[in-house]
Amino acid sequence: MSIGNNILVKLNNVGFQQNQKWLVQGVSLQVEKGKIVTLIGPNGSGKSTTAKIALGLFKNIEGQVEKFTNNIGYVPQKISIDWTLPLRVRDFMLLTDNLTEDVIDEALSLTGVINLKDKSLGNLSGGEFQRVLLARAISKKPDLLVLDEPVQGVDFTGEIALYELIKEISEKLNCGILLISHDLHTVMSATDHVVCLNGHVCCSGSPKEVAKNSEYKALFGEQASQTLSIYEHKHDHVHANDGDIKKN
Amino acid sequence: MFDDFFIRALVAGIGIAFVAGPLGCFVVWRRLSYFGDTLAHSALLGVTIAYSLEFNIAVSIFLISSAIALILIQLQKKTNLPSDALLGLLAHSSLAVGLVVIGFLTFIRFDIMGLLFGDILAVNKKDLITIWVGGALILLVLRLIWKPLFASTVNYELAQAEGLNPDRAKAVFTVLLAAIIAISIKLVGVLLITGMLIIPTAMARNLSDNPKKMVIFAIIGGLLSVFIGLFSSLEFNTPSGPSIIAAALVLFIFSLLKVKQTIQLKN
Repeated sequence: MSIGNNILVKLNNVGFQQNQKWLVQGVSLQVEKGKIVTLIGPNGSGKSTTAKIALGLFKNIEGQVEKFTNNIGYVPQKISIDWTLPLRVRDFMLLTDNLTEDVIDEALSLTGVINLKDKSLGNLSGGEFQRVLLARAISKKPDLLVLDEPVQGVDFTGEIALYELIKEISEKLNCGILLISHDLHTVMSATDHVVCLNGHVCCSGSPKEVAKNSEYKALFGEQASQTLSIYEHKHDHVHANDGDIKKN
Repeated sequence: MFDDFFIRALVAGIGIAFVAGPLGCFVVWRRLSYFGDTLAHSALLGVTIAYSLEFNIAVSIFLISSAIALILIQLQKKTNLPSDALLGLLAHSSLAVGLVVIGFLTFIRFDIMGLLFGDILAVNKKDLITIWVGGALILLVLRLIWKPLFASTVNYELAQAEGLNPDRAKAVFTVLLAAIIAISIKLVGVLLITGMLIIPTAMARNLSDNPKKMVIFAIIGGLLSVFIGLFSSLEFNTPSGPSIIAAALVLFIFSLLKVKQTIQLKN
């Protein structure tokens, strides 16, 4: 098998603008089988937008997206279920795919919410709902998982367990994962490749490389990289307050 | 047995209830009640065109309603008016134009009340074929687009991200709405078809905790409304449409008792 066959999705210099404002620009990255790529960056830096571009949710994008699989599991950042639609967890699990009871049970057990199977979706707590979302995304055994802050609202111990589960899944299913996360500790320990966004790609590479990067430090503060040795490199641009990039 | 006008109306109503249940659920879930109303209002224009060109009424309504739906989509894209204003504009102007055209067609005797509120006497054998064959087709197509339509009703981006085609499902669903209006206008009438879609569904919502149950209860509610409505229409000599809708309303009010109980249980 050639290396090319391992690529699940490839973004080539993509960008997206809304109301004449660029949400994100000039992003290139690729997700391969069995690899976890994490997007980090401050609020409004275009993480979710980049994930949505990769999923093909926008029509007028700049650049190219090459997708090599249609078997995708997606955990969106925000999802609201209308109360006019009565939906139990088990109905939600069947949303985009026809799964057997066994497969549903297995996925719900993995994320620790098998006891909620017959509960109404509207009655779940934020953390419970997040676990259901994750279970649904992994239940169809996807080639590519796109997880947009998958553990928001989950309790502390659960958070660690779910991140371990995500890593385990990527190994077991040999699927690629595009992860958006605020938890830098997890990012540094579980990720193969980090892309640091701030409207554009600030820096990218292995977690260690990124932690040494001065832009990363500028964005997240010295503390975020204090566990790793500090390495300075020449910064060729600065960020203006309106998000513009100025070359030095 | 179809020689009796009442049996014909009953068979027509049963057919409509089976189709209105599932379609009505999607109308409520996707918040399209007013959209359905607009399509229904434009149906009157369809009727007048059918009469003046001696064309099949159901086909004519179907075409006009679909055209109005397309115009709406275009207007949404090209104007800065909010959707509800556009819907109101199309609903009332197409109703008005329809009524004006009727005024010009003096050579044909129109039963305007029948068109607006349904007429139990108007259903003929041909209509039964239209309702049952058309209804079966509508349900078949709905079955085919169920997965993408339902998934995108829950969450559009999720459905699209995971490889379903929400836009196509939505377009097909709009056509199905136009189709059910076309087949049920004679029995229920222009002004009340949306009620047939929404009220049994609203009742069903009060009684269900999952989508499948809601669809089944909506069908049962529709069937009961048709039975009670048509029998009282016969008994009290009232127009069929309002009688069916009034029966649906009574069922809805009963279903509220169940909601009250569940809320009390929760507390």
